[in-house]
Amino acid sequence: MKFMGFERPDGSVGVRNIILVVAGVDCMEGVARRIAEKVPSAVAVTQHYSCLHVGTEQVVNIMSGVAKNPNISAVVLLGMGCESLKPKFYQEQIAESGKPVKSLSCYEEGGVKKTVQKGISIVKEMETKISTLKRRPFDLEKLTIGLKCGGSDTTSGLAANPALGVAVDMLVDNGAAAIFTEPIEAIGGEEALSKRTKTQDVKERLLKVISNEEKRYTTGTEVEFMCKGNILGGLSSIEEKSLGSIHKAGSRKISGVLENSQRIVETPPAGGLYFFDGTHFDVQSIINLVAAGAQIVAYTTGWGASFESLVAPIIRICGNPESYEQMKDDIDINAGTIIQGKESIEEVGQRIFHELIEVASGKPTKLEDLGYGTFAIYREDPAMDRFLGISKIL
Amino acid sequence: MKRVIKMAPEDNVATSLERLEVGDEIEVVSEKGVVVDTFRTLQPIVFGHKIALATIAEGSKVIKYGEYIGEAIQLINRGDHVHIHNLKSLRIPIPEKVLEEVRME
Repeated sequence: MKFMGFERPDGSVGVRNIILVVAGVDCMEGVARRIAEKVPSAVAVTQHYSCLHVGTEQVVNIMSGVAKNPNISAVVLLGMGCESLKPKFYQEQIAESGKPVKSLSCYEEGGVKKTVQKGISIVKEMETKISTLKRRPFDLEKLTIGLKCGGSDTTSGLAANPALGVAVDMLVDNGAAAIFTEPIEAIGGEEALSKRTKTQDVKERLLKVISNEEKRYTTGTEVEFMCKGNILGGLSSIEEKSLGSIHKAGSRKISGVLENSQRIVETPPAGGLYFFDGTHFDVQSIINLVAAGAQIVAYTTGWGASFESLVAPIIRICGNPESYEQMKDDIDINAGTIIQGKESIEEVGQRIFHELIEVASGKPTKLEDLGYGTFAIYREDPAMDRFLGISKIL
Repeated sequence: MKRVIKMAPEDNVATSLERLEVGDEIEVVSEKGVVVDTFRTLQPIVFGHKIALATIAEGSKVIKYGEYIGEAIQLINRGDHVHIHNLKSLRIPIPEKVLEEVRME
């Protein structure tokens, strides 16, 4: 089983060709947009955590992780000139990948207009190079898939998530890496997950990451892990809710827990199933998965969730037959057939597996060609973590 | 026949895929789509809610996805509706405030 992708200098394989125009500090965001809008492959991104180098280490790791993702074919870094969070902090990480990186300082260029002009000529050259790249066949061990759920409802744990789990098992058995995340959703599922860790060390890291997240969300106010909607929909306990969510990761053993901290954003060292320490907020979580190396994301939902990412294609899987009918322009896989008794979980799982390979190989998702996207980075508050006595460093 | 889905072979509950009335004859289907059991319901069960596949003694574990999802707080018979009235979490109990909101519905 192979997929078609673009080989990068470091041997990794991208499923899309993106020119990432990074405003390393957010005062340069407008400049990044002006540059990126001139060529179809360019995407403008930024971070809103300040222009100070101290305190933004995790943000730099995530942004650099995205830039290193094999979907990114070339990078433009923009700085103002006065910031302490200089482009070089991103550049030194991205350099590891061997891909072309060009850096511009607004002050050195002589202002915004000149920076935009220079940036445009750079991305036009990069776009010309991209048009010469051809896809070649690669083994699935070159593929990493990110997993996320959102807008979950009763059908999520019965249809969409179990079906995705079947596809994930197939991918992992074929050498691919799969990354699931959202420690908050794993609260209640610790026992089940602990049984599946490959080593004691992985188990300890996993439990720490979940326990950290639980502390963040139970700082004295009574938090609703289970809400009225969950219960009316049929969920009776947090264990049941969590297991329904975890089911999207299939049944294979967990090979590792990927750290996401001031120190590092880890990527899978080999094929297998991995857990990533990060937020459950949708847009930011998908960026986390891309920073961790995922070239493609599978998103399960009971509703739709029509945000789009321009750095990795997102395949939407909906298990609610009514939502599918309502939102079928946006949804790639109808898992509602399971609820209706038209297909089994296994059958839909196989469909998802094949769709993932096709999308990786170039088939656009339902929302991909619209040409818009949402990008946001999330960083846990280091001051709050210190106050709670927890650390993201594993 | 109406269908309920059993997520794993070890499970002692299945989840309903349609609205069930008292006395409905139901098929229990597996992840592979195979019918593994049939029987009659004892209580009405709404879509997405659970039905017991076996007797679950008070204090025994309720199993779904092959894992414990809680403990029975009273005797549950095969065909009974299984939910917050007869199952409790072993991890985080549902806050009273939320239970109140649910009772109001």
